Amino acid sequence: MTTTVDLAPPPAPSSDPRTPRRLSPGLQPSDRIFHGGATVIGMVVLALTGAIGLFLGFQSIPTLHYYGLHFFTETQWLPELNKIGIAAVLVGTVEVALVAMVVSFPLALMLALFITDYAPKRIKSWLISTVDLMAAVPSIIYGLWGFYLLQPHAINVARFLSQYVGWFPVFHVDTDPNAAVWQQSRYTSSAFIAGLAVAMMAIPLACAIMRGVFDQAPLGEREAAMALGGTRFGVARTVVLPFAKGGVIGGTMLALGRALGETAAVLIIISPAYDIKPRILEAGTQTTSALIAGNFGNATKSQLSALLTAGFVLFLITLAVNSFAAVFIRRSRSGAGTEI
Amino acid sequence: MKVSLDGAGLTGGAPRPDAGAGVRPVGPAPAGLDALGVCAWFGQTQVLDDVSLSVPPATVTALIGPSGCGKSTFLRILNRMHESTDGAQMAGEVFLNGEDIYGPGHRLTDVRKQIGMVFQKPNPFPSMSIADNVTAGLGLTNTKVSRSDRVDLIEECLTRAGLWSEVKDRLDRPGSALSGGQQQRLCIARSLAVRPKVLLMDEPCSALDPTSTRRIEDTIAELQDDVTIVIVTHNMQQATRVSQRAAFFLAEPGSLGGIVEQGDTVDLFEHPRDERTSDYVNGRFG
Repeated sequence: MTTTVDLAPPPAPSSDPRTPRRLSPGLQPSDRIFHGGATVIGMVVLALTGAIGLFLGFQSIPTLHYYGLHFFTETQWLPELNKIGIAAVLVGTVEVALVAMVVSFPLALMLALFITDYAPKRIKSWLISTVDLMAAVPSIIYGLWGFYLLQPHAINVARFLSQYVGWFPVFHVDTDPNAAVWQQSRYTSSAFIAGLAVAMMAIPLACAIMRGVFDQAPLGEREAAMALGGTRFGVARTVVLPFAKGGVIGGTMLALGRALGETAAVLIIISPAYDIKPRILEAGTQTTSALIAGNFGNATKSQLSALLTAGFVLFLITLAVNSFAAVFIRRSRSGAGTEI
Repeated sequence: MKVSLDGAGLTGGAPRPDAGAGVRPVGPAPAGLDALGVCAWFGQTQVLDDVSLSVPPATVTALIGPSGCGKSTFLRILNRMHESTDGAQMAGEVFLNGEDIYGPGHRLTDVRKQIGMVFQKPNPFPSMSIADNVTAGLGLTNTKVSRSDRVDLIEECLTRAGLWSEVKDRLDRPGSALSGGQQQRLCIARSLAVRPKVLLMDEPCSALDPTSTRRIEDTIAELQDDVTIVIVTHNMQQATRVSQRAAFFLAEPGSLGGIVEQGDTVDLFEHPRDERTSDYVNGRFG
């Protein structure tokens, strides 16, 4: 079989010679097949994401129609009393995610810097695969780890914080931290402990992206800093971190997107409570995804619509965070060659 | 010996605005550098064998030779940049004013601070302004200076690098906005700010146009009283213009890189003792 490629189109004398010529890409058949296949797959991904968004949006219509803006201002989730709202749930979601970010950001940053700039070569690859393995551990495992292994110790930290910085509303716990027999249960199942478990899942994601951009820091600039007598920390501070700023912020935002949606680990650790409160160390909170996971099993049709509406809101928030991260990374110098 | 240095239009006929401003460095005296029996490996591959070179203080020494003969590797051994490459090893000794820079008790960072380096490709820090680029080495070596000293240092180093008059009105602009030649002179100013005793230059003009090259050569001529310079160059004319001493490197097929001949630049170019040197400087190979 022969393929004829029309390389020389007949001249079009009637057209104005000053109009730009239409150029054909002149692809080989194999290129065409790959181009077509890749386009289809790319479109399918976009279509799927769009379809999920549309599905959630349609499902939300009855709920939003019925409750209106109250859906966003009501704190309680009591379908039996016809009181449904996500105000407290959204606050809880953000609290858990922020705790996870505050814990995971410095750890991921230092871990990535250690891997790219400090670790001896033999440890390096070993460390990279271990961090990647952290990402492969199912989130339910982190939940069990958080509940059974972390929590008994974390409550001591929580009590310590509430003892010494409890005057600050975030660290306040509504009990007497100095009591001879302190109320341990007031410190369990909190946003703080859930956040710690989520941080374990956010670290490998943030670390992988930061490592990627740290590695791209130009060798010429690194050598310039070294040749001036710079220490490794000096090189990191002068060359690597300024270069990687965009990637660091973008990686953190992606990890935040992950933390916002985390379900299984949070569901195991927290005990549901529907109050808007800044007290992250105190028992009881609720996140959007844990709310859905905990309630959809015995939900009626209208309750399901309400849960899906909560999911829709979370979908939009995560979409916004991830889009912001992508834009940030692409606009930064380090991100020019990175696609996330 | 400085035949073409003073003659070849160094000052371009007109008085240089930068020169003679009474800007003298207050740094350490230039130091001599002696390499003894230097060998180098990348992984299992040996690239340099038993190279010895003596660099007198306050001179310019040119390292010439065809590509791939180990000139740059040798240069990077002189300020311990070689070991920053994965798998790179070396043997031998390098003495700075009589002290082995690879000896115990010598901190890597101190060695590199005393023996500065200018690279083939200009590499200013793009996130920093011109002024911050000049003083970047101070931050990197944790050297504290007062604000007024910093301003003086910026002017002094940019003047010595022959860049002051071109950038004095835009010191807060990013260093990466300069032309290639200006960037390279900014890199020289940045190296000078940490007061090196020796400055190594690895083909500093190979990425530059002839005018910028001439400006850098002027700068080298002005610096040589204050700092010992070792320059790798592929340009024979440049070697004769800027250097008083020269060393010819060669890695013949089947043998390792090393110095074939070294001595006064004029002698090396006009009366080479070795036939291979003669062939190379007369453009018969390489």
